[in-house]
Amino acid sequence: MPTMTYLQAISDGLRTEMRRDERVLVMGEDIGTFGGAFKVTDGFIDEFGSRRVMDTPLAESGIVGTAVGAAVVGLRPVCEMQFADFVSCGFDQLVNVAGKMYYRQGLPVNITVRLPSGGGFSGGPFHSQNPEAWFMHAPGLKVVAPSTPADAKGLLIGAVRDPNPVIFLEHKHLYRRVRGDVPDGADATPFTARVARTGNDLVVIAYGAMVHTALEATEDLDGASVQVLDLRSLVPLDEEAILAAVRECSKVVVLDEANGTCAAGAQVAALIAEKGFEDLDGPVVRVASPDVPIPFSPPLEQAVLPNVDRVREACRDLLAY
Amino acid sequence: MATETAGTAERATGTAGRLQPEDRVALLRHMLLMRAIEERAMNLYRQGKVPGSFYDGFGQEAVSVGAAYAMAAQDRLCILHRDLGAHLVRGVEPARILAQYMGRADGITRGRDGNVHFGDHTKGCVGMVSMLPDMMLVATGMAMAFRLRDEARCAITWFGDGSTSRGDFHEAMNWAAVQQLPVIFVLENNQYAYSTPLSQQFLVDPIERAATYGFPGVRVDGNDVEAMFDATWEARERAISGGGPTLLEAVTMRMHGHAAHDDMKYVPKEQVEEWRRKDPIDRQSVRVAELGVDVDALRDEVRAQVDAAAEEAMRSPMPDPATATDGLFHEGEDIVLGDGDAPYSGFRSA
Repeated sequence: MPTMTYLQAISDGLRTEMRRDERVLVMGEDIGTFGGAFKVTDGFIDEFGSRRVMDTPLAESGIVGTAVGAAVVGLRPVCEMQFADFVSCGFDQLVNVAGKMYYRQGLPVNITVRLPSGGGFSGGPFHSQNPEAWFMHAPGLKVVAPSTPADAKGLLIGAVRDPNPVIFLEHKHLYRRVRGDVPDGADATPFTARVARTGNDLVVIAYGAMVHTALEATEDLDGASVQVLDLRSLVPLDEEAILAAVRECSKVVVLDEANGTCAAGAQVAALIAEKGFEDLDGPVVRVASPDVPIPFSPPLEQAVLPNVDRVREACRDLLAY
Repeated sequence: MATETAGTAERATGTAGRLQPEDRVALLRHMLLMRAIEERAMNLYRQGKVPGSFYDGFGQEAVSVGAAYAMAAQDRLCILHRDLGAHLVRGVEPARILAQYMGRADGITRGRDGNVHFGDHTKGCVGMVSMLPDMMLVATGMAMAFRLRDEARCAITWFGDGSTSRGDFHEAMNWAAVQQLPVIFVLENNQYAYSTPLSQQFLVDPIERAATYGFPGVRVDGNDVEAMFDATWEARERAISGGGPTLLEAVTMRMHGHAAHDDMKYVPKEQVEEWRRKDPIDRQSVRVAELGVDVDALRDEVRAQVDAAAEEAMRSPMPDPATATDGLFHEGEDIVLGDGDAPYSGFRSA
């Protein structure tokens, strides 16, 4: 089994689907000749040609809207937003056109929209966001967020094959920092949660880059047995896995990198309050970014983004409850 | 009267001999059917049988019927709310349309969306959303797929004068031009966007903008169904032969309010009267009568068809509330748009 970075695994997943299915094409800004701002599609234009590796005008609504049109006549477009932040310019096409098409008209829209998301490297307010909750609130869109190279490949393959619109959040800070074994072949990862580490004193529920923060923060936590649950999919949300972890651990920290209000973690906390209350042995504790834009300067950014120390402190407090 | 802005000078109006007598009758029949269905729906609305509000295309029938009639079975359409005629040309049954308006289980969206917010995907149509002109980009994407696969097919979409103020208009015009896509943009200029007149919508007439994006803009008498057919046919020929997009500006008038609740007090009475004399159905009726066809008999036939359709629609049940949360996501294979009807005689002989 080859070892790859998170970024290489995304490329591998894309390449795998493009080789086995000629309906798949990638489209976005600077993704062809230049290979993409992060080089995810580096070399693709040489292998697949400029028709299937399409440099588009700088128009995010155009990217999503034309992808919808191409999908309903038989293609499987994978759109790249250069940064997740720019998806706000394509929001209407995703939420009103793609998300509602199947419910209204019985016509599924097979598009995948890749969102390089997240902060931690002084990207500032327009290159650091985690916009997943916007789309969780919009019916008809699936939302996935891998934390490992293997899942980056597998979830992307699953997204491309899924007949519905899928938002694929790839965390920029993981691109070259995380390495791991990635299966050969073309297997899709199911849109379900994964236990990243077993444990039964407390569970940290996270997704994306925060899975790594959770693992590091709780690796050696005064001898406590801490489980880390990697959600992997936010829509659909794996309720069964979340409630099973609550039953097993009774104490829960929910961790988001995104701004806290109405975040994915808020939905997880609400779910536990509704359906897991009897299994709790303490309040559900949330760790997330405060509700401010992600600031540029390193000390300010570090003050906002959840980090290992904050997670460790939250876990210690809850264990002592 | 048609005017091209990108190079070509004024062209002759008329059908250039493309339309056979049967086509000219069919164009009238589709317009009559559209008007009769919408008049029936307005009555049903007043009887409280159509929930929400009701939007019609009274006086604009030629725009959708004429343009859709020029499209082949394998072409694809994104249809706007005053363009019921396009659905009829593609073969959507009147009973399903009336059931749609009434929110019934047998409507095209099974009660999930109202009004003309529908598209029968088995007939190559995608229904609109209320954010205008979102569907310009969807049509552009269809055309992009046709070009990528080297298919001689064309996409078409309709939108209003108000839509030209929004960004998706620009993104679609620019994208279609840059990639030279086989798409036809029909700008339905009906003088008002809800209550806002053209003078408050733009300083430069949108038809002038086509040339600045790099493709032809053609102004058409939107109340002449044969001129609409002709201009669309030529745009389609250009599109499928690799000549890129066309903007057609169909000049017409919204003869009713924005929706059923709108008394249209902001429109001068003289303006309405002037346009009433240009009624597209009256105009085509004169032509068809000259062919020796009994237009009154045709009207009676259409009325009987709509009577029967209304009865059938009334028999359709309301949707089961237990199904409201069903069908958010599709499971299984991708679904692609199917071919629609293409009644133009030229497609049969081709």
